[in-house]
Amino acid sequence: MEDKFVLGGKEFKSRFILGSGKYNLNLIKAAVEQGGAEIITLALRRANTQEKDNILDFIPKGVTLLPNTSGARNAEEAVRIARLSRAMGCGDFVKIEIMRDAKYLFPDNYETVKATEILAKEGFVVLPYMNPDLNVARDLQNAGAAAVMPLAAPIGSNKGLATKAMIQVLIDEIDLPIIVDAGIGKPSQACEAMEMGAAAIMANTAIATAGDVPEMAAAFKLAIEAGRKAYLTGMGRVLARGGSASDPLTGFLR
Amino acid sequence: MVKINGEAKEIAGKNLLEYLIENGFNPDHLVVERNLEIIQKEQFGSVTIQDEDVIEVLRFVGGG
Repeated sequence: MEDKFVLGGKEFKSRFILGSGKYNLNLIKAAVEQGGAEIITLALRRANTQEKDNILDFIPKGVTLLPNTSGARNAEEAVRIARLSRAMGCGDFVKIEIMRDAKYLFPDNYETVKATEILAKEGFVVLPYMNPDLNVARDLQNAGAAAVMPLAAPIGSNKGLATKAMIQVLIDEIDLPIIVDAGIGKPSQACEAMEMGAAAIMANTAIATAGDVPEMAAAFKLAIEAGRKAYLTGMGRVLARGGSASDPLTGFLR
Repeated sequence: MVKINGEAKEIAGKNLLEYLIENGFNPDHLVVERNLEIIQKEQFGSVTIQDEDVIEVLRFVGGG
């Protein structure tokens, strides 16, 4: 049976959401292809006449665009950015990102719930980036979120699954795809989150700051697939104590 | 005076589409907001920039 990832009524084969920040536009196509990513995030900023390149020209056709609301400090600003992004004519997906903390870049959960409610009513496929908290995740679900995106560690930190226990609670209790976003720094951490039952992984800095961007995207693809397969298969059990031989204990010296 | 992307400019009375093209923007890649209202791409040509307008000319860039 084929394992499909459904988000906002769209089916995806890949469970890797790729960020496009902090690396050369010329590498985006290769990163998307090597990583097998079918969703890519973007940001909206003031246009400047000196820059002729349009990022949309570097993204392969068929890839779903996921504009974020970075820069927003409250729900009102996030809603404004989301509406402007939709006016670009690239679909209804939006990643809500609302921050008022400049040191850790932690999302403001309260404002995020408010923005989710407004945008979901306007027909957006809302993917809120959040600080993992069960009650807030329930509020986001009630507000109409299409998925929940808990952070693993501060944005851009590459520190891995610092919030692992809380993410596991969301996976166990929330009936929406849980997409682990922010802080995933290595393929092994992406794999671990997928083994836990995450629906997908969003990564940017881990790839953007790697020695070779497309090759690291490829490594993430493999790790995410491995973790997903392991999760679907069901993990082997862990013994409370002692060992258990993997070989028959009789038949030769005894 | 008009404020466009945070800069004050004397462009009141100008057609929005003409302004964008003359200033090297590619209108196909942009979204424009005037006084907090989105101007649809098809309407760029029929908008005259007014005195006191606050305009944002935006585009997608790389982001996470």
